Amino acid sequence: MNKRTNLRAKLISSPYIVWSVLFIVAPLIFVVYYAFTDNTGAFSLLSIQALPKYIPTFLRSIWFGIVATIICLIIAYPLAYIISKKTDKVQRTMILLVMLPMWMSFLIRTYSWMAILQDTGIINSFLMKIGLPPVHMINTGGAVILGMVYNFLPYMIMPIYSVMAKMDLSMIEACQDLGGNGLTVVRRCILPLSMPGIVSGITMVFVPSVSTFYISQKLGGGSFDLIGDVIERQFQQSYNYNLGAAISLVLMVLILASMAVMNHFSEEGEMVI
Amino acid sequence: MKKFLSAFFALLITALTFSFSSVSASALAKKSDIEALRGTKLYVYNWGEYISDGEDDTLDVNAAFTEKYGIQVVYDTFDNNETMYSKLKSGGVSYDVVFPSDYMIERMISEGLLEKIDFSNVPNFSYIPEKYRNLSYDPTNEYSVPYTVSYVGLIYNSKMVYEKPDSWAALWDENYTNDILMFDNPRDAFAIAQSLLGMDYNMESETAWRTAAALLKEQKTVSPGYVNDEIFLKMESGEAALGPYYVGDFLTMKENNEDLEFVYPKEGVNYFLDCACILKGTKNKLAAELYLNFLNEPEVAQANAEYICYGSPNEAVYTNEDYEYYQNELLYPEEGAFKTQIFRNLSPETLALMSTLWDDVKNYIPSNGSYRYVFFGDDTSPLATKEDLSGDATKYGICIGVFLLICLAYIIFRFARKRYRENI
Repeated sequence: MNKRTNLRAKLISSPYIVWSVLFIVAPLIFVVYYAFTDNTGAFSLLSIQALPKYIPTFLRSIWFGIVATIICLIIAYPLAYIISKKTDKVQRTMILLVMLPMWMSFLIRTYSWMAILQDTGIINSFLMKIGLPPVHMINTGGAVILGMVYNFLPYMIMPIYSVMAKMDLSMIEACQDLGGNGLTVVRRCILPLSMPGIVSGITMVFVPSVSTFYISQKLGGGSFDLIGDVIERQFQQSYNYNLGAAISLVLMVLILASMAVMNHFSEEGEMVI
Repeated sequence: MKKFLSAFFALLITALTFSFSSVSASALAKKSDIEALRGTKLYVYNWGEYISDGEDDTLDVNAAFTEKYGIQVVYDTFDNNETMYSKLKSGGVSYDVVFPSDYMIERMISEGLLEKIDFSNVPNFSYIPEKYRNLSYDPTNEYSVPYTVSYVGLIYNSKMVYEKPDSWAALWDENYTNDILMFDNPRDAFAIAQSLLGMDYNMESETAWRTAAALLKEQKTVSPGYVNDEIFLKMESGEAALGPYYVGDFLTMKENNEDLEFVYPKEGVNYFLDCACILKGTKNKLAAELYLNFLNEPEVAQANAEYICYGSPNEAVYTNEDYEYYQNELLYPEEGAFKTQIFRNLSPETLALMSTLWDDVKNYIPSNGSYRYVFFGDDTSPLATKEDLSGDATKYGICIGVFLLICLAYIIFRFARKRYRENI
């Protein structure tokens, strides 16, 4: 009997296993293979040796990713809390509004930010109409971070909201009954309870922010690279798959490391509970 | 003797009939060959917006080709030579006809990616004059049929420049900080620096490339925006004052913004041809040749030339007085009016060097402008209407103050309403 259920479980899961081997494991092997070979296919450390020169780009990408993630968290956390306290109907509408921009292509949305932010764009023509001098916004780091926050904010709101919506109100009441004031309730009760949501939100914003390439090209004017731009260029223009793979590999290791750190936090958060 | 004569005549006649029949047979076979292609597919890989497609009552070239020969055209587009090359090299795609530029043709020939064209199937090649044949990238002209000819030049907005630029140095002019655009591809960007330095575009000397890269880094003090097709949006909307691009595209931009002007900088420019080529391993070679021939039918070539706005190498087009750009001095400038250079294929080492140097250029941040990359910068353009700075601060202060007051009023209103409702 036990054997049969085992077999059945195996049969049911086999399509997923084939899928993940084909589309997740195999590409990973290719990345590793390309990173450690040269263009003739022979083993070579040339691509790895070329990496130190991209350290400033890595640091800039990580810095931009951190800033964007923090801004997302600051915006999303209160918003998710507010949404979760509304009636069901309002909640549904507000979540719909959060999701709505995602129905449109990410590329189109970023492209339209270009039209909004540029020197002759919507914001600046409005400023000039009311007699204010224009502000130069496009092609700056600020514009890139704005693009990241705008594009990835829903990924922060959704997990935090879903945790908050399921939060046990009696816990909060118990906290208040024990004499906790507003701040204590948030710090000792709501925050630890919503920690899993925060952690997955941070990962879901930080990872795409660090590796993005389109936003920095369009809103940053291509005047400074993020690591995603460098990778894209190696594959698209320079035809240097090996260097591109080496940079991707380092990026993957960095992201895995940061996720491990995040998971550590979430475990601590659970321990607090 | 009679016998001999009759035998001779008989021989002659048989020989004649044979030769005649062989000629007509080959012509017939050809016709039936073409007939046999009905229902087959031809895979074409061309630049974006690079063929007349029936929009605005123009001729739909691919549809017309299908109508004439019954061959279905499967049409895909790319946006630069390198993308096209990467895609072909990585395999997984099989096209019949591609449209690489000059230096890329040379590279593809040297790597055996192109198929020799049977020019007897492309009789319209006769419309291509001598000056567009046997060029450096294909010296015996066996692989390519020229499709467009054009130049790079400097586009500027006449309302945003303080003087008419005539040199590439304008792209380094600090008066245009934040208003300058630059090519976002290494070959074209380096060509501008090389023109300024008086270098050959196809040099192989490492130090020379490094010098050009240093010049491109220097340009970053004026914060150029690195763009490809976005230049259309940015030049047409008056977002940028200057930018280098292809003359044909300038004509398109000019239709949308009358203030735009074009100049061929005195240091020299890149002259380039995009050609139609047949890929090695094509499964439909005859159809591909028919397609190349069809593209050079005078009316088809003219429709394309008017749609793309690039120069046409087809004599029947550019000598036709009805042609929209007949004797246009930008598209067909006098020979020798300015210095031109054509791109050649570079050695793999130089290509690799160019890629890494370009990465360096893109990653370089000048010490004077570093703050711009983290915060919103200020507009240092002298052309923007700028008043006294303290005046600006007051204005912003007032605006923010008004905004805060509105917020405060709203909060007080909510609070008062709540109290009022509780009292009820």
